[in-house]
Amino acid sequence: MIGLPHFLVLAGVLFSIAVAGVFLNRKNVILLLMCIELMLLAVNFNFVAFSHWLNDINGQVFVFFILTVAAAESAIGLAILVVLFRERKSINVENLDTMRG
Amino acid sequence: MNPISANDFVLAAPEILLLGGTCVVLLLDLFLSDRLRQVSYFLSLLTLAATAALVAGLPEGRHFGFNGMFVVDGAARLLKLVATATVAVVFVYSRDYLIQRGLFKGEYFVLALFATLGIFVMTSASSLLTMYMGIELLALSQYALVAFDRDSPIAAESAMKYFVLGAIASGILLYGISIVYGVTGTFDLGALASRLDAGAASQIGLLFGLAFLIAGIAFKFGAVPFHMWIPDVYHGAPTSVTLFLGAAPKLAYFALAFRVLAEGLGSAVEAWQGMLVVLAVLSMAIGNVVAVAQTNLKRMLAYSTISNVGFILLGLLAGTPSGYRAALFYTITYVVMALGSFAMIVLLSRKGFEADRIEDFRGLAQQNPWFAWMMLLLMVSTAGVPPFVGFFAKLYVIQAVLDVGLTWLAIVAVLFSVIGAFYYLRIVKVMFFDAPAEEGVSVTAGPALRFLLSLNALAVLALGLYNSALIDTIARALP
Repeated sequence: MIGLPHFLVLAGVLFSIAVAGVFLNRKNVILLLMCIELMLLAVNFNFVAFSHWLNDINGQVFVFFILTVAAAESAIGLAILVVLFRERKSINVENLDTMRG
Repeated sequence: MNPISANDFVLAAPEILLLGGTCVVLLLDLFLSDRLRQVSYFLSLLTLAATAALVAGLPEGRHFGFNGMFVVDGAARLLKLVATATVAVVFVYSRDYLIQRGLFKGEYFVLALFATLGIFVMTSASSLLTMYMGIELLALSQYALVAFDRDSPIAAESAMKYFVLGAIASGILLYGISIVYGVTGTFDLGALASRLDAGAASQIGLLFGLAFLIAGIAFKFGAVPFHMWIPDVYHGAPTSVTLFLGAAPKLAYFALAFRVLAEGLGSAVEAWQGMLVVLAVLSMAIGNVVAVAQTNLKRMLAYSTISNVGFILLGLLAGTPSGYRAALFYTITYVVMALGSFAMIVLLSRKGFEADRIEDFRGLAQQNPWFAWMMLLLMVSTAGVPPFVGFFAKLYVIQAVLDVGLTWLAIVAVLFSVIGAFYYLRIVKVMFFDAPAEEGVSVTAGPALRFLLSLNALAVLALGLYNSALIDTIARALP
């Protein structure tokens, strides 16, 4: 029987993969955006699982808000990416280091 | 569930007006030629003034609306008034700067107004859902504002860094919210507090969720070790945007910490006090020590922000009503001082020249003694010298920490504020005792900026001399 802990572990693993992806990735900014998206989806898993096991609908309502915000967030992220690419002609994470100190 | 009544809309009237005004500016700006761009500027100021008037007219006392998701209380009213005033001052300060750089566009005002709406929602949030929506509205507007100067390569880079780290912060905060929801079964901060009091939550689960919540809050505030975005963002953004980022959002982050930790998780104070102590000590240490090594004034002020966040956390971690009041006092006075300090960079900048290096202030006292003295007031106050308001802010948070028996923490705070005094006084030394650069510094700014900035700097002295007025206001807001 699959219970709440299974869902929580799955969400935890997805969340950790996403965080590790952000910090280990040295190549492409688009991968960063994908990791951020994965992180939010992992959290959604948590909310839905808790909502089901607590018999409380609020958690699922929260998920809809997160999905909407995640879409807006991606839009802004991609817009910034376009500006960055126009300036640098590159979306390599390693090139994001002109400011120091 | 009660149906939404007219009373709910009365409580949210300032937010509704602000949203409506912002949408009008957004639409109208499309039809304006560059010559008529001033209309957007004045309309934005008008929107803020009307919003402030509605906030002042909100009913006294503590009222809940929208099924307990929205709260209007003394703290919300005070924070909203200060936020509208701050944003209006930011608009006046940035006008000439934006015109000189060809950035005087409606987007700046629209994004800043949307960010202000985010601040409003956060200050009035009494549910984790409302809080999250406010945080994201504020954060998304700020990412776009930082990237607003499309032709600046460092602005694009710092916007990208801010976006990625900010999005991670939101993710971590959300993960914390989901765990807290899992162990308590509610998003409502009032219900959260009563369920925790009744001991109906698993302690391990709560502690786990709390660690993520605190990390998220620290990220937003810019407390060490979650501070790495602050210097780059402050440095890379156009100064008029740095002015905004450095001031108004701090009020919202105070509301975030206060609502979630004090109102929602107040009975778990032993659990989060220890975490905040670590954040506060690290912020004061790293902020003050690294600021000494900076040559760029915007970066120096960024590290100064980090150290000041440490002091705000000192007040919060006390976990007592007087501690929260001290933290609010510190936040408001810090906003006033940060506004003035960043505006000095705006004042000395001119077309094609950013006065954001410390050496750009060389010999200011000979060229323009009035503003050198104004900068002196701001720097000395931020350093915490009596009788300026920065001294009283530090005094009250340290008193709050002493009241809960954390004497060693108070000593650490005093030591680091002494280290901090060094780099503020270095600016004073550069202005008064160094010879001016060959091309000299000149003030080309308009009369509105000059007048308001003088008022801003003198307010630091006036608030210090008459600090009991501000204390009374805060005591009424946070009983």
